[in-house]
Amino acid sequence: MSEAEAYSYDADMRKANRKQAVEGRSVIFKIKRCDGPGKSTRWESFKIPIETGANVISSLNWIAANPVTVEGTKTTPVVWDSSCLEEVCGACTMVINGRVRQSCSCLIDEYAPKDGDVMTLEPMSKFPVIRDLWVDRQRLFSNLTRVKGWVPIDGTYNMGAGPKESHEQQQMRYALSECMSCGCCLEACPQFTKEEDESQWDSSFVGAHAISQARYFNEHETGKQLKDERMDALSGAGGINDCGNAQNCVKVCPKGIPLTESIGAIGRSATMHAIKQFFQGKK
Amino acid sequence: MADQKRVIVVGGGLAGLAASIRVAEAGMAVDLFSMVPVKRSHSVCAQGGINACNDVARQQGYSEYQHFDETLIGGDFLNDQHPVLEMTNWAPKIIDLLDRMGVPFNRSNEGFRDLRLFGGSLFKRTHFAGATTGQQLLYALDEQTRRFAAEGKVNMKEFWEFLWPIIEGEGEDARCVGIVAQDMRTMQIQSFRADAVIMATGGCGLVFGKSTNSVICTGGAASRCYQAGAWYGNAEMIQVHPTAIPGADKCRLMSESARGEGGRVWVPAKKGDTRKPKDIPENERYYILEERYPKYGNLVPRDIATREIFDVCVNEGMGINGTNQVYLDLTHMDPDYLTEKLGGILDIYEKFVGDDPRFTPMRIFPAVHYSMGGLWTTYTAGDYQPDAPISGFKPGDAIPVGTEPGQGMEVGAHNNAMTNITGLYAFGEVNFAYHGATRLGANALLSCIFDGLCNGVSVVNYVREAGHTPAAEIDQSVFDAAVKQEQDKHDNLLKSTSNGTGDRKLNPYQIAFELGEEMNSASTVVKTGSGLEKCLSKLEELKDRYSKVELGDGAMWTNQSLSFTRSVGDMIIIGEAIAKAGLLREESRGSHYRTDFPERDDDKFWKASVAKFNASSGKSDVEFVDVKAGLVKLRPRDYGKTESSAGAKKEPVGAS
Repeated sequence: MSEAEAYSYDADMRKANRKQAVEGRSVIFKIKRCDGPGKSTRWESFKIPIETGANVISSLNWIAANPVTVEGTKTTPVVWDSSCLEEVCGACTMVINGRVRQSCSCLIDEYAPKDGDVMTLEPMSKFPVIRDLWVDRQRLFSNLTRVKGWVPIDGTYNMGAGPKESHEQQQMRYALSECMSCGCCLEACPQFTKEEDESQWDSSFVGAHAISQARYFNEHETGKQLKDERMDALSGAGGINDCGNAQNCVKVCPKGIPLTESIGAIGRSATMHAIKQFFQGKK
Repeated sequence: MADQKRVIVVGGGLAGLAASIRVAEAGMAVDLFSMVPVKRSHSVCAQGGINACNDVARQQGYSEYQHFDETLIGGDFLNDQHPVLEMTNWAPKIIDLLDRMGVPFNRSNEGFRDLRLFGGSLFKRTHFAGATTGQQLLYALDEQTRRFAAEGKVNMKEFWEFLWPIIEGEGEDARCVGIVAQDMRTMQIQSFRADAVIMATGGCGLVFGKSTNSVICTGGAASRCYQAGAWYGNAEMIQVHPTAIPGADKCRLMSESARGEGGRVWVPAKKGDTRKPKDIPENERYYILEERYPKYGNLVPRDIATREIFDVCVNEGMGINGTNQVYLDLTHMDPDYLTEKLGGILDIYEKFVGDDPRFTPMRIFPAVHYSMGGLWTTYTAGDYQPDAPISGFKPGDAIPVGTEPGQGMEVGAHNNAMTNITGLYAFGEVNFAYHGATRLGANALLSCIFDGLCNGVSVVNYVREAGHTPAAEIDQSVFDAAVKQEQDKHDNLLKSTSNGTGDRKLNPYQIAFELGEEMNSASTVVKTGSGLEKCLSKLEELKDRYSKVELGDGAMWTNQSLSFTRSVGDMIIIGEAIAKAGLLREESRGSHYRTDFPERDDDKFWKASVAKFNASSGKSDVEFVDVKAGLVKLRPRDYGKTESSAGAKKEPVGAS
């Protein structure tokens, strides 16, 4: 089975699970915990009664109010990152049953429909753990700076409207603009590896999200003024050439962003950029 | 420069980012504090759009002035009028700026910015980017802020929690000179100096338990300023959004844009009709809002839609299958059109409920959404004279007030959006000025960005011109005392872990849960004097229990429980201000509906409630002060509920 098929199977399975979810059941949450950087990890399990519409967030909330493991040992509330709980902020990303996703949109009915089913929660592995399920994704934002992810406007004074844009172009850009910097594409990417040394960030693989954001800004009439600088960054070490074409990124993107198309588009831009550099005698 | 003056911005949503950009652009150093990476701020949840007069609406007779007028009647005249006028005058320019920043606003076939209809207006005046407008606006400002940060002009302090404003001097001379904040990872508590502090910390939805707000919207920061002496205005004005999906952890918003694009709210006309929605023929459906409000239909303001849905479900028992739910129906529309215009929210519904709203009507119910109330602020009025409008104005002409800023407020005046504490400003949702007793849909994003861009100038002018001693030269003892106060609170909470009675009544999550239940039932859609009195005594009980609260985590590193528990205490205090102001406002106005006082009482209560924290009693003293009006006269607010068009809305009128 290809990974794309596995993904759609996964969606069908979740839908089927939802239909057969047992009311009044309890589910075991197996959670990988860690007290802080450099501390050892341990697993703790909790038995949680599942209410209608329960998701991973409501389950972690339940643990916070009842921090006792299945063995009856008192422990501390689990630490995790979250904000909007509507799958638009990207904060609550974690690895659930082996697959990276947002925990807010993870309904227990879809993963653990029967009494005693197990849900496994782990922190993302590509970023340093701060505590328990909370990781430090600063590198992800730093990579947006690396590709100059902004439109270089003159200033905030009133200077009339922006460039006119076709309906088609807007729809294309909108699809890219929904990236919420959650990091799912990085967790799933074989080329993006954990790097705790901040000085190495600018030469390590930049990741699909930043490549796609570079394309987003290159596609804007004013944004393209920085295209050469973006392509300089993406042509160097850790740039587009480091992509191994595994195509995992696009399969795990919760917003359905066409990441592989973006990688293809930026790849072509990089080629053009190299030729341009050559004729300008810069390389 | 070592002696450079600095501005602290607390909160990285639209208001905080717009302020940071504006202040940094003026060449002043900015320290931006946020509990989350700013890209994850609650503004990201805004869906429907942002209002502004535009060329198409203008040619149909709309104007900035009418946007202003709609905002006032929407707010049932409790708004401060001058700032609203200034805001609506700026609105088209704000859209232009966002457009230049690259926001992917939806486009017409010809490539112009597309528009949609929104509540409280008969004109299309809402600009949008799919159904994730807040996300797109936040990202545009986040990108510009990242650019300033890369240039060293904005210093980002993410994962820092605001604990206390540092105030030097007493009474009239009291002035904010910095803040105390805590690193949420290392738990280090530290003071930061600033020549002005901008609070842009949003709303307080978590006071009501489950709301449409993000988990960071505790109102804790506003509450701490309140306890430090900042006044809190119109606390009782809480918006309950008519259309949300009830969930186990929160209520998820279904944007007003669903109705703006044609969505219809209905219940089966026959009580107890258990047929599937698609099996119920048109003539056996009761289109609640269309029948009760023929003129505005599904696009009456939110407080009205909420009360009608509540009435149909709770009073008449006509909710779907006897539950507290009604249909929000889009299934009569083209699925591809829906995907393009509303894809973002339809996906949310499908993910959480399992049905595709393109083909199955959504089931929704009202939920707490927004706080019109917030820190009390002042301003300097501009030179607009309602009795002497710009000469030669005729209805249908371009703009009935001056187009240049300065008509509503004196732009750049030091006190614009300043709280009663000199140097402490409140921007965005935490500023009480703009929305009165109900906020119109798609005005929130506008007020946030307007505060940042317009009143950011005031902050810069204040820091440069007011002639105060620079914060950098103020005696260290002022800052040390504030840090000690917060460190002591923190240490006391940490110590409580060892009390270990295990009494569930002292569990902070349990206390927060009971707070939410009580506030939600007593102080939202329908309020009564007796209910609010009961609520206040429950809050007393919770306050007492909180004083003995037992923390479940004694860690000295990344202790989220501690942060949450600290907020619970602050939430009880804001909750008390909300309930008390609601009890004392013996009338019904906008979102505030008292069954024992069902009419608006302008003689007694055309006034803002101003809550002042009494440090000795630990309670709120609430007084009522005149609304700062003078531009538009009072009139009834009924949105044409009867057959007559007494809604007093201006119809499009051609130039005579």
